[in-house]
Amino acid sequence: MTIPGILGILLFTAVAVAIAKPVGLYLYAVFNDGRTWLDPVMRPLEKRIYRWTGVNPSQEMRWTQYFLAILAFNLVGFVVLYIFLRIQAGLPFNPQHLKDVGPHLSFNTAISFMTNTNWQAYGGEFTMSYVSQTMLVVQQVLSPITGLAMVVAFIRGFSRKSGSNLGNFWVDLVRAVLWIMLPVSLISTLVLVAMGTPQNWLPYVSAHTLQGPTQSIAQGPVASMTAPMQFGDNGGGYFNMNAGQPYEAASAASLLFQSLLGVSIPVGLTYYFGKAVKDTRQGWIILGAMVLMFLGGTLVTYHAEAAGNPLLHRLGLKGPNMEGKEVRFGPALSSLFETLTTAVSWGSTAAANDSLMPIGGLVPLFNMMSGEVIIGAWGVGLLGMLAFAILAVFLAGLMVGRTPEYLGKKIQSFEVKMAVLAMIVPTFVILGFTAWAVSSKGGQAGIYNPGPHGLSEVLYAYSSGVGNNGSAFGGLSAALPFYTWTVGLAMLFGRFAMYIPALAIAGSVSQKKTVPPSAGTFPTNTWLFGVLLIGTVVIVGALVFFPALALGPLAEHFALWAGHVFGGGS
Amino acid sequence: MIRHLWTGTRMLLIMIGLVLVYQAVATGLAQVLLPYQANGSLIRRNGVVVGAGPIGQAFTAKKFFWSRPSAASYNAAASAASNYGPTNPALLKEVKGNLAAFLKANPGVRPSQVPIDMVTSSDSGLDPDITVASALIQVPRVAAANGLSASSVRALVVSQEVGRWLGMYGLPHVNVLRLNLALMKLAQHSGS
Repeated sequence: MTIPGILGILLFTAVAVAIAKPVGLYLYAVFNDGRTWLDPVMRPLEKRIYRWTGVNPSQEMRWTQYFLAILAFNLVGFVVLYIFLRIQAGLPFNPQHLKDVGPHLSFNTAISFMTNTNWQAYGGEFTMSYVSQTMLVVQQVLSPITGLAMVVAFIRGFSRKSGSNLGNFWVDLVRAVLWIMLPVSLISTLVLVAMGTPQNWLPYVSAHTLQGPTQSIAQGPVASMTAPMQFGDNGGGYFNMNAGQPYEAASAASLLFQSLLGVSIPVGLTYYFGKAVKDTRQGWIILGAMVLMFLGGTLVTYHAEAAGNPLLHRLGLKGPNMEGKEVRFGPALSSLFETLTTAVSWGSTAAANDSLMPIGGLVPLFNMMSGEVIIGAWGVGLLGMLAFAILAVFLAGLMVGRTPEYLGKKIQSFEVKMAVLAMIVPTFVILGFTAWAVSSKGGQAGIYNPGPHGLSEVLYAYSSGVGNNGSAFGGLSAALPFYTWTVGLAMLFGRFAMYIPALAIAGSVSQKKTVPPSAGTFPTNTWLFGVLLIGTVVIVGALVFFPALALGPLAEHFALWAGHVFGGGS
Repeated sequence: MIRHLWTGTRMLLIMIGLVLVYQAVATGLAQVLLPYQANGSLIRRNGVVVGAGPIGQAFTAKKFFWSRPSAASYNAAASAASNYGPTNPALLKEVKGNLAAFLKANPGVRPSQVPIDMVTSSDSGLDPDITVASALIQVPRVAAANGLSASSVRALVVSQEVGRWLGMYGLPHVNVLRLNLALMKLAQHSGS
């Protein structure tokens, strides 16, 4: 570890915390009819969209209606994207004459982008035409907003004094697109282009290299995809190697800009939450717990990567682990980005996760297994964290023998059952599918690296799918039908096993009267609660995976430092 | 549910329209304001496109500064990493091979002097950069192959150095394509 490296990680974290309040205030204005500087342009457009779609913006929805609207919108989005992928060869804007995407891969990809996972069992520059990339962008614009709308509705459930309505999904969707997603994406596109990302619709360039052979250089509307991809914490890159491909992130500055984009809405939401429940300390404590866990994870990853590979050191070499890393990023920034990619759940990568050191790969795995709540993607991160908060007050209530309350609402058996459900289903899906994959021929056929690292690859794939993350240990043959289907299902389970219980909790507490705090209330705006929350995430959320982690990355770590390799003797 | 599906379909059509407008405006603005970057930051030499600034290409000849090993063979239409795990014997084999080739081309260099980025493959397979240390260690070979003095080539490397961003982010590096272009220029001027 170097001092510039550590300082860089700390500075990024400080900036991420500093933008929480301004972003949160803007979000609050957008979702609570406040005034913003975009109103003169967007208000008339907004009204027109409601007229075209027949939406009555003043009609509020109960939680079941809100969920059905989300479900319907996701279903339509999935079908349309699937069709476009299947027929891309017959459509224009396909200068490389790429073939139709096959049925397995189209299913997997359509689910993947609809659920904000952006798991990619393909390489963009040799699979997707420009039309297909644009249709992927449509879901990159829309799928994070589904998560955002969820948490906005959830917070309404807690912040409203009474009543059973959670707002109108279509209104939340339209406002998020017009006021947040599209304007920020447009400005970010230009920033990215200025930093070296292409934005054109040209055929691939053929360059005559200095040594003689020609080099085909992929082109396309890269910046306009990268902007919403990173801002919306989607993660599905234009290119196979995502942010590692130099066109997507041409410099350390570009990668940091993209990181800040990705982290902005999730940190802003914690402030939004505090403001909505009229106690901003509630939001700061949640953000504090998230940032502490994130910072801890980043430093552990960086330490492992900076220490390097002892097997290579035996050859006389020195230095950090640079296999699968780019020089312009180096070990520190790569470690920061790879921790962020599973903490904030954006899933794009700037280094090869499969080539991380065992402990360097364990941290991203842990971030996903604990439910992607360590900051987390748009809405779903905070949503998961609030489910943990409900469990934390419940556990605290058990210790002192009182009925727990959170934000003035009594937490009773229904809420706790739902919160537990949101945690148990993903656990079963990850461990169940992993067990199936490593014990079946179809699953084993896709494993690339031998030994415990192979188990890590499979564990990572299902954790990524369930957590709607999208990053991968890239060696796994994700395009095999076994994995396209099982990871596809994992993504669906992960998404809806979170949505349904969360909205059910919101619907239930919205009907409860707010009770004033009493002497027996456990205050949730203190650091004591922050610590309890971290403990709950680590113990309840991730400890169940400890045996699997022991067989994968931990076993590999100890074997590595004892000088073992796997699958080739010596 | 049927009503929601109908609303959702109309909403999706409008959203697709909005994304198309966004794509068109983004492309238009980028092409007008930043045409060089928007079209791939291509580098021309005597009118011929020889590569793109951000995209690495293979350099294996003695007279050039070498790029990093690439799992994609520097195919810029199919980026790829090796994806070798740290305990995979294939990783050791690959690094041993890279190290042997580097030592052979740079006589007098000991393994402990070889910067690790020169023997490991990058994430994209298109890494345009090498660390400054990796460029400096190649100076004696490159200078001799081009009939230049080591000090002038070393000065060239130093002049091309890109430091850490804000003093904190990334490794100090040089862009190999730009460095080699500058080298060719230098050799031309001092040669013939």
